[in-house]
Amino acid sequence: MSAVDTATEWLEFRTAIRDAIAEEIERDPSVVFFGEDVAAAGGVFKATPGLHERFGDARVFDTPISELALAGAAFGAAVTGLRPVFEIMFGDFMALPMDALVNQAAKFWYVSNEQASVPLVVRSAVGGGGRFGAIHSQIHGTWFQGVPGLKIACPSSPAEAKGLLKGAIRDDNPVVFLEHKRLYSVKGPPAPPDDVIPLGVAHVARAGRDLTIATIGKGVPDALAAADELAADGLDVEVIDVRTLRPLDLDTVLASVARTNRILAVEEGPRTGGWSTGLLGAIAERGLHDLDDAWILATEETPVPYSPTLEDAFMPNTDAIVADVRARLDVTADPREAF
Amino acid sequence: MADAPTAQAVEAAAYLEPYGRMLLIRRFEAALHRLFLAGEVHGTTHLSAGQEAIPVGVCQALRPDDYVAGTYRGHGHALAKGTDPEALVAEMLGRATGICGGRAGSMNVIDLEHGLVGCFGIVGGSIGAATGAALSAQRQGRVAAAFFGDGATNQGYFHECLNFAAVLGLPAVFVCENNFYGEFTPLAASTAGGDIAGRAAAYGIPGQVVDGNDLWAVETAARAAVDRARAGGGPTLLECHTYRHYGHSKSDPATYRPKEEVERWLARDPLTIARERLLALGVPEAEIAATEADVEAALDRAVEAARQAPYPDPATDAATEYAR
Repeated sequence: MSAVDTATEWLEFRTAIRDAIAEEIERDPSVVFFGEDVAAAGGVFKATPGLHERFGDARVFDTPISELALAGAAFGAAVTGLRPVFEIMFGDFMALPMDALVNQAAKFWYVSNEQASVPLVVRSAVGGGGRFGAIHSQIHGTWFQGVPGLKIACPSSPAEAKGLLKGAIRDDNPVVFLEHKRLYSVKGPPAPPDDVIPLGVAHVARAGRDLTIATIGKGVPDALAAADELAADGLDVEVIDVRTLRPLDLDTVLASVARTNRILAVEEGPRTGGWSTGLLGAIAERGLHDLDDAWILATEETPVPYSPTLEDAFMPNTDAIVADVRARLDVTADPREAF
Repeated sequence: MADAPTAQAVEAAAYLEPYGRMLLIRRFEAALHRLFLAGEVHGTTHLSAGQEAIPVGVCQALRPDDYVAGTYRGHGHALAKGTDPEALVAEMLGRATGICGGRAGSMNVIDLEHGLVGCFGIVGGSIGAATGAALSAQRQGRVAAAFFGDGATNQGYFHECLNFAAVLGLPAVFVCENNFYGEFTPLAASTAGGDIAGRAAAYGIPGQVVDGNDLWAVETAARAAVDRARAGGGPTLLECHTYRHYGHSKSDPATYRPKEEVERWLARDPLTIARERLLALGVPEAEIAATEADVEAALDRAVEAARQAPYPDPATDAATEYAR
C-alpha cells in the first residue's frame, strides 16, 4: 500500500470526536448532545457536522449561549436518566458554568449517599497556538483538578480522542473533556473498532530508558517529536501520555520513573497550581528512591499572549522541550559520555 | 342513619391530606428549631414555616414520578414531595439513617426515589437542575418543577434557564416563593421591574402572581401550569407571594422586618387559611382535629426515632469518590 493510500484511511482528530459521539448516540438511547452551534452549524471547529441531520432534534440540538444553563441542564438531565454530552465551545468559557459542575454535578454521587451517578461529559476546545489571545487559549483542566467527583480527560491523538471520548460518555461520572484546538486537523492511524479507553489509565506513548516525559494532549506529539530529536543526542526518552488528570494514573508514571530515574513534566499552563506540580509531588512522596532528577517545563505566569512571536515563545512546544532537556541534562557534544 | 355528605364535603375532605402535610412541615420546622437550639442540629438551617402552601399546592398538581428541585430552605419541598419525615430529621441530625446518610445536612437534601433531584445551597441552583430534569421529563411524559426564592430571580440561572426552557419548550414549572426578602434585603431594594411574574413576558411564557398562602390558589395555578407543560405547552413562571415566619437562617432574628408587616402576614397564616376553608367547606372539626393529632404524633415518633439512630461511623464509612 502506498503512503498516499494509507493517508486516505487515516483518521482526523475532529472526525474522531464526531464518530465517538455518533457511535455512542447510536449505541445508547439515553445519550444526547447539545451546545452552542453544534447541531445545524456542526461546531465552530467543525467537529460535529452531520450529527443533527443523522439523529434529529431529540438527540442533537443547538442551545442559547448560556453556559450556566447548559451545565445546569446537563446535571439535571444526568440525574434523571439521560447521558448528556455538551459543548462549552472554548475552555475559557468554563468559568461561567462552574457552579453547576463543581457544586452540583461533582458532589451529587457522594452527597446523595450514592442515590445516583451523574453521567455527563462537557467537551471544550482548549489550548494556545491559535493566536486566539488570553481568553480563548487556556486549558481549564487545572481549574477543576481539586474537585473530588470530577474526571478530567485530554486526548493526544485522533485514535485516542475517539476511544477516550467513548470512555468518557460511558463513564458514570461527570467528565471534563479537553480537546486541544491545534490537534483538530491532525490525522493519525484510526482507532481499532469499538476501542473504548477507560478514564484513569495513562499510556506509554514511547518507551525509553534515560528520561520520562509526562504530558497530556498536544504535549504528547510535541514530546514524541522532541524524543526523536533527543535520540540523536543519544538520549532515550520515554513519553507518558497521562490522558486523564483526575483520576491520575500515578502507578504508570512511577513505573516509568523506576526505569528512567528522571522525569520532566511538560504542562501547557502555569506551573503554579498546575497538574505537573501535583504529579511531581506525588512522585517525591512515593518514588523518591527512584529519582535522580525531576523538573517541570510550564508556561510563564502570565495570560496567553496574542502576538505570534510572544505566543510561540510562550508555548512549551517541541523546540522548547528539546532545549530544556539539553540544558537541564547538560547534553554534551558526545552524549554517550553523559549517559 | 346520618345524611350522606355533600359532594362539596367529599371534595373538601380530600384536602385533609394536603392540609396535614402543610401542618407536618410547620411542625417539622418547629422541631428543627428546638433541636437546633438544643445543639442537635449543626451548622445552619433555613426554616420554611409560613411558606407551606406553596410546595404542598404545587405537589398536589404533580404526579409522584414528576421531578422537583428545591432550595436550601427545602425541608418543605422534600416533605411535600413525599420524603419520609424520619429520614429527613435524621439527615438534619447527621445520622446514618438520614435520607442522604448524613452526608447532605439541611441545605443539600436529595431524594430521587420521590423525584427530588436536590435541594441547592446556592441561590438559583434549583432552576438549572429542574431545567435539566425537564429535558429528561420531556422524553418521559413527566414534568419538572423548580422552587426558588425571590432572590434567585436576579441570578444568571433564572434568566438563562427560563430562556433555555422556553426556547426548547421544556415541561418545566418555575415556582418563585416570593417572601419579599433576599436574605436580609427587601425585594424593592434588590429587584427591578415590578412583579417577578412580569419577567415571564420577556421569555414569551405565561407568568402569574399567586396567593402563595392559599393552598387552593397555589394548586389551581400549578395545575394549569403542570397540565400545560405535560401537554407540550412549555414552561410557566408562578410568583407565589408568601412570608417566612422565621429569619433567613438560624443566625438571623429578622429585626429588619417592620412589626406591622410581620403581623399583617401572620394574620394570613397559610395553615389558618386552609383550616378555615376546610371548615367552611363542611369538613367536620373532629376530622380536622384527628388529622392534626395524627400528624403531630407521627412527627413526634419520627423525631424520637431519628434521635435514637446511630451516627455514621468514619471507620466503616465506605464512601467512594466515583460511581462504579
